[in-house]
Amino acid sequence: MAVLDKKPKSLDLSEEFRRPGRGITDFLDKNRRALSALLVFVILMLFFLIANPKVFLGTGIYEAVFTSLPIRIVLVLPLVFVIVSGEIDLSFVSNMTLSLWAFAATAKAGWNPFLSALLAVSVGGFVGLVNGLLVTRVGLPSLMTTLGMSFLLQGLAIGGARGPGTTGIPLTFLEGTPFYNIFVGRIGNLPAQMVWALVFLVVATLLFNYHKFGSHVCCVGDNLESSREMGIHTARVKTLAFVYMGMAAGIAGVLYGLIYGVFFARFKPGDLMLAVLASAFIGGTPTWGGVGTMIGALFGACTVRFIQTGIIEAGLTGFWTQFFNGLIVLLALAAHKLHEPRYRY
Amino acid sequence: METRFLELKNISKSFGRVSALDQVNFFIKGESEIVALIGDNGAGKSTLIKIISGVYTPDSGEIHIRGEKVDRWSVTQARAAGIETVYQDRALVLQQTIARNIFMGRERTGVLGFVKGRLQLAEADRLMRTIGFTSRVFAADSVVAKLSGGERQGVAIARALYFQADLMILDEPTTALSLTESEKVCDFIRRAKEGGTSCIFISHNIYHAYDVAERFVVLDRGKVVLETDRQHTTAEQLVKDMQEIARCNQEGSA
Amino acid sequence: MFIILAAAMVFVVASGEIDLSFGSIVGLAGWAFALTLEAGLSPCLGVLFAVIVGALAGFINGVIVTRLGLSSLVSTLGMGFLIRGLINVGTQGEGTPVTFLRDTPFYNTFIGNIRGFPVHMLWALGFVALSVLLFNYHKFGTRISCVGDNLESSREMGINVATIKTLAFVYVGIASAIVAIQFTLTNQIFYPTIGEGLLMIVLAAVFVGGTPGWGGIGTIMGAALGACIVGVITSGIVAAGISHLFTDFFYGLIMILALMGHKLNEPRYRY
Repeated sequence: MAVLDKKPKSLDLSEEFRRPGRGITDFLDKNRRALSALLVFVILMLFFLIANPKVFLGTGIYEAVFTSLPIRIVLVLPLVFVIVSGEIDLSFVSNMTLSLWAFAATAKAGWNPFLSALLAVSVGGFVGLVNGLLVTRVGLPSLMTTLGMSFLLQGLAIGGARGPGTTGIPLTFLEGTPFYNIFVGRIGNLPAQMVWALVFLVVATLLFNYHKFGSHVCCVGDNLESSREMGIHTARVKTLAFVYMGMAAGIAGVLYGLIYGVFFARFKPGDLMLAVLASAFIGGTPTWGGVGTMIGALFGACTVRFIQTGIIEAGLTGFWTQFFNGLIVLLALAAHKLHEPRYRY
Repeated sequence: METRFLELKNISKSFGRVSALDQVNFFIKGESEIVALIGDNGAGKSTLIKIISGVYTPDSGEIHIRGEKVDRWSVTQARAAGIETVYQDRALVLQQTIARNIFMGRERTGVLGFVKGRLQLAEADRLMRTIGFTSRVFAADSVVAKLSGGERQGVAIARALYFQADLMILDEPTTALSLTESEKVCDFIRRAKEGGTSCIFISHNIYHAYDVAERFVVLDRGKVVLETDRQHTTAEQLVKDMQEIARCNQEGSA
Repeated sequence: MFIILAAAMVFVVASGEIDLSFGSIVGLAGWAFALTLEAGLSPCLGVLFAVIVGALAGFINGVIVTRLGLSSLVSTLGMGFLIRGLINVGTQGEGTPVTFLRDTPFYNTFIGNIRGFPVHMLWALGFVALSVLLFNYHKFGTRISCVGDNLESSREMGINVATIKTLAFVYVGIASAIVAIQFTLTNQIFYPTIGEGLLMIVLAAVFVGGTPGWGGIGTIMGAALGACIVGVITSGIVAAGISHLFTDFFYGLIMILALMGHKLNEPRYRY
C-alpha cells in the first residue's frame, strides 16, 4: 500500500534539474561561504603582492608559512564540526599542550616515537570524550565547560611538567629520525606536514560533505529537537565531534613538538586559540550551527596566518598581531553577517 | 467485513486522576481513507493519536493491526507497521536541503557510511513531483528555509509517505497556514490517499476537515460522542453539533 | 577585588550574552589612568578618564553585539585581543610607575586602610550593594532578566533590548575601570599586561555563584560569594601544600564542578 516504490527506476532528475545554466548558479549558491573565504584570501594576497612583491613572490616566506600553517589546519577543521553541531570548544589548545606533554615525556623516556604519537592522540581524544560527555550527558553549556577545561588541562600540563620555569622537554633528539622525516621532513622545499595537513583536509571534507556523520552534524546543529524526533542520536553525534576535535589536538600537539623541537608547558593558549577560531569564522562557518565549510576554513586559516606574516613584513612590531587578529575577526564576522541571512525560527 | 488496518477496542487512558480517554472505539478501514478527528481542547485527540503511534500505552483495551491483536505497542513497532506521525512542529531542519530533511536519520548510505547523495536527490525530486510540488522556484536541493509554511508541511508529509506509511497521522496540519497553503496541504493528503495511504487528520477547523475527510469522529472529554461521514452530514451541521456539545459541557459544569 | 567584576558580569550573563574582553578593558582603562598621570594631571581626572574609557569600550562591545548582531562570544573574544594589542602597541610593552601617589589622600581613598580594614574591600562591598540594588530592585535589573530569558517576548513588550544589553556591557566596562585603578594603585605601577588572567577567575566566580550560562537568571550575592570562594582557593591550594602551579587546574576544576552542581540543582526550562 505504499505510495512510492523504493527502488528508483532511473536516476533521472526532473526538468528543473536539467535547466541549462543551473550548474553554475547552483555551484555558486551552494559554495557561497567557501567562495567568500577564498575571495577574502585572494584580496589579502593581492594586497601583499602589490605592497611587497619581492618578499611575496619568493619562496622563503611560503616555506615559513607552510611550516606552521598545518597545525592550524589540523585544529580548525574539526572545530568546524563542533561549531556546526551547535557547540564550541575553547579547550583545544590546552588539549594540544597536554597531548604534547604525553608525547614528549614518553619519547624522552625512550618509547618508540610512533607509540608516543599514538598515546598523544589517544590522550587528546580522551579529553575530547570528556568534553563531549560533559556537554551531552551532564548537559553543561559548552562555552563555559570547555573554558574551564582549558584551564584545567593547562594546569595539569604545568603542574605535571613540574614548573613553568623549566625549559620543558627538548625534542631535538628526534631530528633526523625516520619518524621525524615522515611527518615534518622536507620534500624538496615543501615541509611534509603541509602534505599531511592536506590529506587531513581531504578526509575532513569527505566526512563533512559526503558522509552520514557530516549530515547528522548539520542536522543536530540546525535543530536539535527535529533531529531527535527523526531518530538521530544527538548525544552521540556531538560527542563524536568533540572526540574528533580532541584527537586532532593530539595530532597538532605532536606536530608542534616536532616542528619547534620542544615541549614548553607555559605555552599561552590565547593567541593560537583566537587564530584558529578566527580561521573558522573568517572561513565562513557561522556561529549558530547547522551549516559550515571545510574548504572555507582552510582559506580562513591561510588568511589569518598570512596576516601575521604580512604584519611583520610591513615592518610593524609583533604587538600588532594581536590587534589585527582581533580586528580581522570582527570584520569577518560582520561581513559574513551582512552577506547571509540567518533563518531565525 | 474486510480487515481493518487499525482497530482500537475499548481504549482507556488516565493521567493521574484525569481520565483522558474512556472506552474509546476507533478504527481505520482496510482500504485507504481519510478520517478527521475533531474535538475541543482537552477532548483527548492528542492522547488518542499518541496511543496509536505508540508513544503512550493504554491502561486498558486492545489494539489490533491488520486483524491481529498487538501486545506492548511501541513507537518502533508502530513505525514498522507503517504508521507515521507528522507533528505540529514538523521536525524539520531549516538550513538544510529538502533532500537532507527527507532522509534525516534514515540516510541512504553506501560503503563505509558515505551518503548516496545523488540517489537521495533523485528520490526526493521524484517524491516532490508525485506529491504535487509544481513550483519551478525550488528543487530537491533547495534549502527548506526558503519554502513557505504550507510547502514545509508538504516536505514533512512527503517524508512520512516515502517511508512507506500506510497510515499517516497529521496533528493540526493547517494551523497558522494561509488559505492557499492550507489548500495545498489538503491536496497532499488527498494524493496520499489515492496512493494508498490512510490519514488521520486532527483539526480545529471543521471546514478544512470537512473538505478533506470522508469520515468524522468527534471526541468530547475522552469519549466518542459523534461518528458520521460525508453522506450523512454537512459542514454546517457538524459545526452546529460541535456547538451543541460545547453548550452541554457548559451547562453540565454549571 | 575581582568581586566587583564578578558582580558586574552577572548583568551581562543574565542578559544572555558574555563578555570575554573585560581583562583587556581593565588594561585599557589602566592605561588611560596612567596616561593622565603622566601628563601631570590630577589623579581624580585620571579616574574620570579611566571610567569613561571603560564605559566607552563596553559601549562599543554592546553596539557590536546589538546593532551588528554578532555573537558576543566571538566578538568580545576578538575585542579582547584587539584592545590588548592596542595597549601593547601604544606602550611598546612598557609600564608606568605611579609610586609618587603613595600616601596621598587620593591613594588612601582607594587603597589605604581605615583602622586596619582595607579600603578596597569597602569599595567592593559598596559596588556589590549597588549591583544588588540595581539588579534585584531596579527596573534595569528586571529588564535584564526578561531580555536574557526571552528576547522576542521582551521586545514585544516594549523593552528596548539593544539599550539594555549595551548598558550591561557598559556596566562591566565601568567595573573594569575601577578594578584597573585599584590594581594600579596597589602595585604602584601600571603595566600593559594588567588584567590578563582575570578572565578565568571572574567567570568562575560568576558560575560558581550560581548564575547560569543561559541567561534570564542571575544572582549578585552568589557571584560575590563565588568570588570569595575562588579567592580562597588560591590561598587554600598553597596552604594545602599543593604546588601553586596547579592553580589553573583547580580553577578549571572548580568551575566545572560548580556548573555540574548547579545543573543538578536546577532544571533548565528549555523551550
